[in-house]
Amino acid sequence: MLQQIEGSKAVAETIAACMPDVVCAYPISPQTHIVEALDELTRLGKIGNCQFVNVESEFSAMSVAIGASATGARTYTATASQGLLFMVEPVYNASGLGLPIVMTVANRAIGSPINIWNDQSDSMSQRDSGWIQLYAQDNQSAADLHILAFRLAEELSLPVMVCMDGFILTHAMEEIDVAEKELVTKYLPKFTPRQVLDPVDPVSIGAMVGPEAFTEVKYLGHFKQLKALEIIPELSSEFEEVFGRPAAGPDNYKGLVTKYHLEDAEVVLVALGSVLGTIKDAVDNHRKNGVKVGAMGITSFRPFPLDEVRKSLKHAQKIVVVERAFAPGIGGIVSSNIRTALSGIDIKINTVVAGLGGRPITLKSISELVDRALYGTLPDFSFMDLDVELVERELERNLLTRRSGPMAENLLKDLGTR
Amino acid sequence: MFQIRIHGRGGQGVVTAAELLSVAAFQDKQHAQAFPSFGSERTGAPVVSFCRISVDPIRLREPVLEPDAILIQDPTLLHSIDVFAGAKSDGYMLINTTKSFADLGIEEFVANRPKERNLIVPASDIAMKHVGRPMPNAALLGGFAAATQKVTLESVVAAIEERFPAKIAAGNVAAAIEAYEFVMEELKEVSHVATN
Repeated sequence: MLQQIEGSKAVAETIAACMPDVVCAYPISPQTHIVEALDELTRLGKIGNCQFVNVESEFSAMSVAIGASATGARTYTATASQGLLFMVEPVYNASGLGLPIVMTVANRAIGSPINIWNDQSDSMSQRDSGWIQLYAQDNQSAADLHILAFRLAEELSLPVMVCMDGFILTHAMEEIDVAEKELVTKYLPKFTPRQVLDPVDPVSIGAMVGPEAFTEVKYLGHFKQLKALEIIPELSSEFEEVFGRPAAGPDNYKGLVTKYHLEDAEVVLVALGSVLGTIKDAVDNHRKNGVKVGAMGITSFRPFPLDEVRKSLKHAQKIVVVERAFAPGIGGIVSSNIRTALSGIDIKINTVVAGLGGRPITLKSISELVDRALYGTLPDFSFMDLDVELVERELERNLLTRRSGPMAENLLKDLGTR
Repeated sequence: MFQIRIHGRGGQGVVTAAELLSVAAFQDKQHAQAFPSFGSERTGAPVVSFCRISVDPIRLREPVLEPDAILIQDPTLLHSIDVFAGAKSDGYMLINTTKSFADLGIEEFVANRPKERNLIVPASDIAMKHVGRPMPNAALLGGFAAATQKVTLESVVAAIEERFPAKIAAGNVAAAIEAYEFVMEELKEVSHVATN
């Protein structure tokens, strides 16, 4: 039913409609509203016999999720930021064991400096963890992608992360069609595990594997990821048949990428997550002035749809990748994946790091990016709206004084005395 | 698109106000988006929330930088943060106070702006009367509906009733209605002065 509802609440209600057997989580901003709502829905008996396990840390959250999933339970958890980092060891175990856990990452920056606001450095840090990663462009798709995620996870026996921008989506109230349970039941069959800890038919899960088969187990993990590139389009089209809308939001193509005015676009902006909305508005504004701009969103970042990205971008003249995280010491994370997709094709790719630690990505700044890309004045790698004066003051201080003091505190002091 | 920014303090229902407004707009078959300014909000600390209302689906994800309407739930914020940042010259401003613009020290700000768009609402007093606590949000929303006609009073009432348990809802509904009528009167006076 279409309702005006908070993103977190819509996700919680959607998870409830997926009828998980176990929800285990440790609260952390900005994921809190999701798990609070699920705790309540469980207590009210709205999710059948679902067990809500309020664990004492994220490490335990993922460990309980692994245990639950291994007994054949449909299992869900959610986290963000430091919480995701705290559970990293079992995160890798979950994918290595092939357990179809679904986890929401309510994207938030990683400290230090400590920061509770949005960027995507948390989920980006886990891009090589073996989990599938889907990025939501709006709250409708954030909710819907979870239904697809359970189906995909269980079909492949591989865990799936649904990444939604913290605060920007989790705390936004807007119109969302929360999937009806009857339709979800139709789309998402009962979970039939490939492996299960069952006293009647005992097995052990989690063997130590030496050089004789470790490569092969890892190869199969990679193989399943690539298999997902075939399955996601099938599940997406089935989703659309059942629910009457695309799982990954407007303008989405096969659940893999979002294509907005790419047909004749000379400049293409590439991004993941909620910033696509602002980018689409910028594209419309530029198109009104006759500028051939387009946008591409990546829904499935892992597996990375190399072929789709290549097909979508190969006719562009300039590509600007807007990234909410980066790899210090080299630059863009998404950009390097785009370069892999376009290998052998000569297209200028600029990387712009934007929206770190909650800095708003404004329509004005996005529009300026397009202009600078057109005029060729955009550096290969840059930070959107960087306060150059603030940075230079600290660099100067470092030159002049050996004991220049703590960096973050210095910058805050400088800001306070402006 | 019509953009609203709400200023208040933690505990005054600033975020709830933006959410209620979005629900009211949704009830009126419009598209709406409400979201808070994100931070470590605490009771008493300055809090900002935003709401967008549009006939088209809303995709924009930036904070409201140039509001068409500013609601100020706590006048003591006037001189501690720039509540008027990005204000449009013909924008709406509703402030919760019993003082005059001159007493508040914002005479200069309102001087060259349309009188019917700069309004005083004694929202805390109205809330004390109906809710028993100085929670100005519902009253200011009633005032907003009267001043801008961007949402109907019926939808504001429906949004409040949907959100709160019956007893709390009743008080807030009464506050919203009284503030709505108060602002309608205020507007009549403004137009009366203007025509004489």
